[in-house]
Amino acid sequence: MAKEDIALMAHLMRRAGFGAPYTELEARAAKGYEATVQELLHPEQQPGLDEDIMMRYKAEWVNKNALEGQQEEWVFRMINTKRPLEEKIALFWHGIFCTGHAKCENPRQQSLEIQMFRDHGMGRFDDLLMRLATDPAMVFYLDNCMSHKGAINENWGRELLELFSLGVGKDGQLNYTEDDVKEAARAFTGWTVVNAMPRYPYGRYLSKFVYDPKDHDDGPKTFLGETGNWNGEDIIRIITKQPAAARFVARHLYNFFVADEPPVPAWQHTAPQNPEAIKQLEDVYFQSKYDIRAMLQLLFSADFFKKARFARVKSPVETVASTMRQVGDMTFPKPGLNGVTLNIRYMGQDLFNPPTVEGWHTGKEWIDSGTLVERINFCADNVGNVNHPGVRAMIERLRSEGPTLTPERLVDGCLEQLGHYELAEETRSELVALARNGGAIQTSAAAFPPRAAQMLQSIVSTTEYLFA
Amino acid sequence: MASNGKKPVLVVLQLSGGNDALNTLIPYSNPLYFDNRPSVRIPADQVLPLNDSVGFHPAMGPIKELYDAGRVAVIQGIGYPKPSRSHFRSMDIWHTCEPDKIGTEGWLGRTLRELDPQKENVLTGVNFGRGLPRALAVAGVPVASVGNLDSYGVLTGIEVEDQRTAALETFARTYSPMLGKGPVVSYIAQTGLDALKGADILTSATADYATTVKYSGEDVPRYMKNIVQTHAADLGTRVLYTTAPYNSFDTHAGELANHTRLWTQTSKAIADFCTDLKEHNISDNVVLLVFSEFGRRVHDNGSGTDHGSGGVAFVIGDKVKGGLYGEYPSLEAGKLLEGDLHFNNDFRGLYATLLEKWMGLDSKPIVGGTFEQLDFL
Repeated sequence: MAKEDIALMAHLMRRAGFGAPYTELEARAAKGYEATVQELLHPEQQPGLDEDIMMRYKAEWVNKNALEGQQEEWVFRMINTKRPLEEKIALFWHGIFCTGHAKCENPRQQSLEIQMFRDHGMGRFDDLLMRLATDPAMVFYLDNCMSHKGAINENWGRELLELFSLGVGKDGQLNYTEDDVKEAARAFTGWTVVNAMPRYPYGRYLSKFVYDPKDHDDGPKTFLGETGNWNGEDIIRIITKQPAAARFVARHLYNFFVADEPPVPAWQHTAPQNPEAIKQLEDVYFQSKYDIRAMLQLLFSADFFKKARFARVKSPVETVASTMRQVGDMTFPKPGLNGVTLNIRYMGQDLFNPPTVEGWHTGKEWIDSGTLVERINFCADNVGNVNHPGVRAMIERLRSEGPTLTPERLVDGCLEQLGHYELAEETRSELVALARNGGAIQTSAAAFPPRAAQMLQSIVSTTEYLFA
Repeated sequence: MASNGKKPVLVVLQLSGGNDALNTLIPYSNPLYFDNRPSVRIPADQVLPLNDSVGFHPAMGPIKELYDAGRVAVIQGIGYPKPSRSHFRSMDIWHTCEPDKIGTEGWLGRTLRELDPQKENVLTGVNFGRGLPRALAVAGVPVASVGNLDSYGVLTGIEVEDQRTAALETFARTYSPMLGKGPVVSYIAQTGLDALKGADILTSATADYATTVKYSGEDVPRYMKNIVQTHAADLGTRVLYTTAPYNSFDTHAGELANHTRLWTQTSKAIADFCTDLKEHNISDNVVLLVFSEFGRRVHDNGSGTDHGSGGVAFVIGDKVKGGLYGEYPSLEAGKLLEGDLHFNNDFRGLYATLLEKWMGLDSKPIVGGTFEQLDFL
């Protein structure tokens, strides 16, 4: 197997999933890149997790009452799923179509929304927006249940346009007006929930979406230049055919799967860094009638994707889930999983509870002096633990190369095992110097495993390793 | 402002979960208190009276002693308009001073930006606990966040001393050349080097500390001790923060026993903190703020109390003019807000007092407006 094929597979799996140990990369590379892309795009063809086992071990995953329990369950799925892109696309939409525990206080309800993202996150964008508009967590989170005929609440109407489908503007132009916001809010009156969900004082119940025709404003509305007695589904129909919607989805996909873009609020005035890639994605959006899967298919097969290695700062959840996959820990719902999951919060990402409806600020904003220390120590502690089966496998692999290794080969071998990471020349030579420190590297020596583990620790502490 | 040329220092202790103000500062001579608290009540003869109408919870003896010495300002009826009963949202509001929209900048993060605009000292702000509270978070403002002072730092999991030293040297040598490599990598490299430097200074400077004070327990007591240790090391730290464990004050059930346990521990930790500062002769430039995100419902639920509004906060220190500030909110049914105490004291006025009269800063841009200040400083 050519190393380049494995390096490319490592890149694909980091982006379309949560990384993979070396043996999985080899097996996938043997199957072929395009075949793997197809497999990722059709998660329903892969087996699901054994829910019976999961639920038997974790009562809190059954009752779904606690934020931390739901965070833990989702991270367990990310670590162990055979359908990595299904979890990744759910994470993608969770960061855009934000609902937050701070307001909802109903993890069971939010987990149904995440399941909806799993099931429909690669489907048609208009279908997804319809499901979002009728999702009880969202209806409550953005107050559409407080929006009434004759007394609208604009919260959902505004965020639908600004944060969920069009964006404020593109190419320096505004995508909609304040009147469009009001008209959209009018069209969604009567879209409400029963058993509205605050935890206090009545306890946690699931809410149910209902359409109340008596509370719906059925009068004529003019939205994005089209006039009619629009209801909510008409608004979504009109939104999804706008060029701005294509731009919005394309840019978000690029930012999440290809390379860090400037922060979303800057998009109105800042052109995409790769306008050609965005144009290709926009074209597929219209050709496929808003099909996200078709856009992803183009993206993963494109040169602009294959070349964009280590162009994104890993999010905290990617850092933790991929580390666990790499070291082969938490393959079972065992004690300690909650402690592992909490590290994601310490690194600045509270799943199910984004700071605002704008979601998490990504890219370099993940990193501050506190979160960086948490991240480095978490990764180093895990790759340095020679009791983890994944770490043992990496060491055995290096051992199998022969009785001695050169310092250069120890560094490069560890980089390969971690998913063909690439280092700046200055960094690599420092690590080679570190490897040279302890004298000749005998792979059969008792000192070899800790020595290799130490090298892995130094690699995961580099600035380069913060990226994926 | 602190005297003798030493710069003023603000310490914050956050009581997460919503401390029951009514059972902290108890209106023990008000029959409405006993009417509303058939189960979750402190009998009048157990209250530690401050005057004829209010007194502390019986577990707050050590704070009562500080109060009697004139060093505790009790801020009554504190809150903000249109209270949120969500822990997260209400805490966000206290952290960002943004009750109407979702804010992203913390008030102490803004304070740190004013105190050290050139980011000359990576330890101007230090948090004790895992993860940074939003109060301290502003993009580009470095704040050290210390889970355990004894083992704080980069690559602390490497147990063999020589190995860790070698790994840290490699770390510094690989981060330094990245400083010139584009804005993103430069920023990350600078952050890594700052963290390394901060951890280094913090752990070595605090290692010499010794005390005769016997702190008891994990979490708040340990972190209050760490705060004294850091302040004693004289590293130029101006804001220190710590948090009671996740929602521990959320006493929906079994409140009488739980609240007693919580205040026994918290009162001792606060008193130990004050004694320790005195022992090191470093107490005169420190003020401690103790707050919670909301008070609890006036009427009990049989075993505990549910989320409410209108709370109580404390400011403690040598330079504090002790006493009661603000008014105790009325318990009359007609004057409650949806069954909760009505705030009469905006927390942003408390912040403004601390910022202007203690830290010597313009509070308006930090708290987002002008609010009535109190006279405790």
